Amino acid sequence: MSDQQYRVILAKLGLDGHDRGIKVVARILRDAGMEVIYLGLRQTTASIIAAAEEEDADAIGLSMHNAGHLTLGPKMMEAISDAGLKIPLIIGGIVPDEDIAELEKIGIAAILGPGASAEEVAATVRDAISARD
Amino acid sequence: MSHSDNSIPQLFEQTLSGERRSLGKLLSIIEKGGEPADDVAGLAHQKAGNTHVIGITGAPGSGKSTLTGRLIENISKIGKKPAVLAVDPSSPLTGGAILGDRIRMDDLAGEGSFIRSMATRGHSGGLALAVPAAIQLFDAAQYNPVIIETVGVGQVEVDVAGTADTTVVVVTPGMGDAVQANKAGLLEVADIFVVNKSDRPGANDTRRDLDLMLDLGHLSGLEEKTGYRPPIIMANSLEGEGAEEILTAIESHASHLAESGSFQIRQEQRTLMEIQNRLELLIGSVSKDALQSESGKLIISEVLDRSISPSEAAKSIASSIIKDFT
Repeated sequence: MSDQQYRVILAKLGLDGHDRGIKVVARILRDAGMEVIYLGLRQTTASIIAAAEEEDADAIGLSMHNAGHLTLGPKMMEAISDAGLKIPLIIGGIVPDEDIAELEKIGIAAILGPGASAEEVAATVRDAISARD
Repeated sequence: MSHSDNSIPQLFEQTLSGERRSLGKLLSIIEKGGEPADDVAGLAHQKAGNTHVIGITGAPGSGKSTLTGRLIENISKIGKKPAVLAVDPSSPLTGGAILGDRIRMDDLAGEGSFIRSMATRGHSGGLALAVPAAIQLFDAAQYNPVIIETVGVGQVEVDVAGTADTTVVVVTPGMGDAVQANKAGLLEVADIFVVNKSDRPGANDTRRDLDLMLDLGHLSGLEEKTGYRPPIIMANSLEGEGAEEILTAIESHASHLAESGSFQIRQEQRTLMEIQNRLELLIGSVSKDALQSESGKLIISEVLDRSISPSEAAKSIASSIIKDFT
């Protein structure tokens, strides 16, 4: 079991105070048996990378409700690759359908929107991690 | 993530030269337990022995994480590199955990500091090995001090007082009266008391109750025996009040330990405890194997048909295990 003990960082990047969704996701992942390192609001790409390194995280999940996904998503991807980390980035929140292709193109592993079930959320995170192993 | 591209000795070398990510990976290996964890602990043990270990404990919600954040803020300011090991419980049902201590610390952490969240996980006694090993790894990587933050004593298998050089017990107003304060346990292990949330009503009453309790230690002769009376410090961690005083108190406690020879005694006790924990786990797993073996099953059936007693069975298995060891 301990080999499957995934550690996931969850954070809100930049100026975005809508944290109801990310708290629900934290609980879903916990109940799916993962260890969630919850960073909360107003994080920077640098603070998220530092936490990912110190916590030896298997994935990073960002919650976005401020329409910043097309600017902050690529920035986070860039920070991950600059740091040489080989872990998936998953974005959850409000992302219009027409933006999804663009985010997937730059290597974001998955995008979870409103209405995703608990099973779907946990499976998406688990699949994104095992795809990198 | 796969660790196959980095061997343990390699990761350890990189950790000693200050690579944070390698340290992060080694901590994960320690958490997973087993042979690899023992290898890491062995390497760390050779280089450890220089850091001051501070335990921060108290009830959930008493402000331990926020206080820890304030401490590392002040420690970083004087050019030291603190490390924090924040231990939180895993869900006994799913094995998952929400580790939220960083949220109170990240903004305050200086460049050189290192924070690691650790879930208690399910495996029995695992944490009792992982925590000392993690501390020694931080120690080897020249983090000083190392702060271990966890809820009350004994609750999550981590005996903070047994692990730390200086134990800080955080209490808040409204936790009970002087009688509560006299109950043995959490309060007994304190080297320093912090009354957190000192802006709340009743903070001075809490301080007075603690003071009275310590007075009784004076009367009973406990204080004379230890030569030390734990200070009580009022703090408001949200505002950062009290953090500097706490650090000063930790320093005075460290010099008390050094001057009284208690430091040596605590080191010895800690070493003893670590060996004992490892020994018990080792023996535990060997006895489990012995019970599941063919001869073990035979003995169990003898107990079942009442030809020998359970205690005779245990002794018989024990003597066969000892033969295997020697």
